[in-house]
Amino acid sequence: MTAKTLYDKLWDAHLVKQRDDGSALIYIDRHIIHEVTSPQAFEGLRLAGRKPWRVDSILATPDHNVPTTTVERASGVSGIADPVSKIQVQTLDDNCDSFGITEFKINDRRQGIVHVIGPESGACLPGMTVVCGDSHTATNGALGALAHGIGTSEVEHVLATQCLVAKKMKNMLVKVDGVLGKGVTPKDVVLAIIAKIGTAGGNGCAIEFGGQVFRDMSMEGRMTVCNMAIEAGARAGMVAVDDITIDYVKDRDFAPKGNDWVLAVNAWRELVSDADAVFDVVVELNGSDIIPQVSWGTSPEMVVSVADSVPDPAAEKDAVKQTGMTRALEYMGLSAGQKMTDIQLDRVFIGSCTNSRIEDMRAAAAVVKGRKKADSIKEAIVVPGSGLVKEQAEAEGLDKVFTDAGLEWREPGCSMCLAMNADKLGAGEHCASTSNRNFEGRQGYGGRTHLVSPEMAAAAAIAGRFVDVREWL
Amino acid sequence: MKAFTQHKGIVAPMDRANIDTDMIIPKQFLKSIKRSGFGKNCFDELRYMDEGQPDQSCEGRPLNVDFPLNFPRYQGASVLLTRENFGCGSSREHAPWALEDYGFCAIIASSYADIFYNNSFKNGLLPVILDEKIVDQLFEEMYAEEGYELLVDLENLQVITPKGEAFGFELDEFRRHCLLNGLDDIGLTLEDADAINAYEATLKARSPWLFNAIKG
Ligand code: SF4
Repeated sequence: MTAKTLYDKLWDAHLVKQRDDGSALIYIDRHIIHEVTSPQAFEGLRLAGRKPWRVDSILATPDHNVPTTTVERASGVSGIADPVSKIQVQTLDDNCDSFGITEFKINDRRQGIVHVIGPESGACLPGMTVVCGDSHTATNGALGALAHGIGTSEVEHVLATQCLVAKKMKNMLVKVDGVLGKGVTPKDVVLAIIAKIGTAGGNGCAIEFGGQVFRDMSMEGRMTVCNMAIEAGARAGMVAVDDITIDYVKDRDFAPKGNDWVLAVNAWRELVSDADAVFDVVVELNGSDIIPQVSWGTSPEMVVSVADSVPDPAAEKDAVKQTGMTRALEYMGLSAGQKMTDIQLDRVFIGSCTNSRIEDMRAAAAVVKGRKKADSIKEAIVVPGSGLVKEQAEAEGLDKVFTDAGLEWREPGCSMCLAMNADKLGAGEHCASTSNRNFEGRQGYGGRTHLVSPEMAAAAAIAGRFVDVREWL
Repeated sequence: MKAFTQHKGIVAPMDRANIDTDMIIPKQFLKSIKRSGFGKNCFDELRYMDEGQPDQSCEGRPLNVDFPLNFPRYQGASVLLTRENFGCGSSREHAPWALEDYGFCAIIASSYADIFYNNSFKNGLLPVILDEKIVDQLFEEMYAEEGYELLVDLENLQVITPKGEAFGFELDEFRRHCLLNGLDDIGLTLEDADAINAYEATLKARSPWLFNAIKG
């Protein structure tokens, strides 16, 4: 038998039908749904007189539009101030109710960002195919699953058929060996990867993250890395299953129990690339070389180490890139050669599907503990990824640590990651953000985003500018 | 998607070339979370005298009495007769959604914009292409006779007038097959429902835990 990659195995195990034109029908085990990309899909289903193929394979939750202040959250959907947001959240509730889909509603303690609640609840498991109408679905690949985002018409297609029409992607291996230094996080690893391969580096590929750094990494760290596979151009990212994966899944709400568990674990042990499997593309980095990263521009590949300075477009030989850099600097209000540690910050956002899990909360809290937010920071918000993360953090007293330091502790949701609710940057404001996209206007019209790790964001809230967090640990 | 084999219905005119999708459904209605309900705003700016807003009821809005679709004789029309390059401009799928929701089943014109043409098939709306001279003739006959109906026959690829005159039209076989059987992408996949069921059965035997219900 020919050697297979993890991706080959997941693909082959879910192939329903290979069509002559190169496309294939892939069976979908888990479908996660949120309020923004699902309404027209349900509408389409209804108009065609169809029903979901397997209702009990679907889990829904509202996340993009939900407010994060306790006051606005108090009265649930009816309390949402923005009428358009309210309608979208209400529509999700109505659709789930009428089709019998399980939904963690706005004030359910299990509600949260789709990509956080999937693994957290055990709804997403190793070996599964997972889809959601959202590009960061790749997060679930950390479990050793084939997970990726889909569009609204595909949401309808999966609802109706339990299948996706797909074409097989290329195999790419991103190998990071060595050991990460203190204060260097999974976020820094993935930012360093994107800085190296570029935002188109993974186009047409499914990326497997391999090497010592990922073997040593916690599940939540692996999620942070897989989350940003899409920023590296790949629709799917994944990490092979090991004991860390299996320990993480054990005893989660929807995880298999009893004899099912034994069967499942046996099967999951196979979810690794064969030793002699061949990848179409291989990229290697040395983990020991990576230091905390900060983005300076308006694309996730525009990243430097915190010790560096804003790069000079004049030094870039590629004309298209040079123009892009110049435009980015203009938008960001930065000049070439400026030290990253000299950038004055206005706001701090700790949250998003990239960095809002309990380990992120703990890491950020450890940095701000006993310190005070800089006066120059107008607002620093900490938004847990789910109600359960929030509960756990509060049980550990982390909320207190944040509020004592002058940071705000919020209700779970996407929040300032994309500014679809009231959490936004003002024009020209610089924000240290643990989210995944620094596009123009992403966090608010004219807002300037710098992507960093939770530790770096926390330190920035205290110092009012970027500091090399390693000096604080 | 509903199947289309034959359709006979009253013909209404949009007697101009280059009708763009903005005209078919103006931008303010794209905020909707729905794919249906656009019919009342189909041709909104031509149809009403005021500016329409999303979520606004159209009852009581002042109608443009000079707009043919408002003429009593064209009420209940389901075949739209129009001219070249119909559906140009923005790629919004809301355009075929609006026409279909209004009640149109078929359109007849000498040519269409590409994206609109594609989008129509996905939504069970048949865009028929006839020679410009024939379109002229149909316009004349329609204006001359109140209650003028055309039969659009997809099986035999013909448009038949009340007098029994038949005009053949062309359509690629794949599209014809999908529309005749009411197949959209989903419909096509569902043709493989047996394969999906068989796969599911094997999967269930091999990995029963994958079928634990998401509940509660
Ligand atoms: S947190 Fe941000 S990136 Fe993640 S799902 Fe929400 S909006 Fe998308």
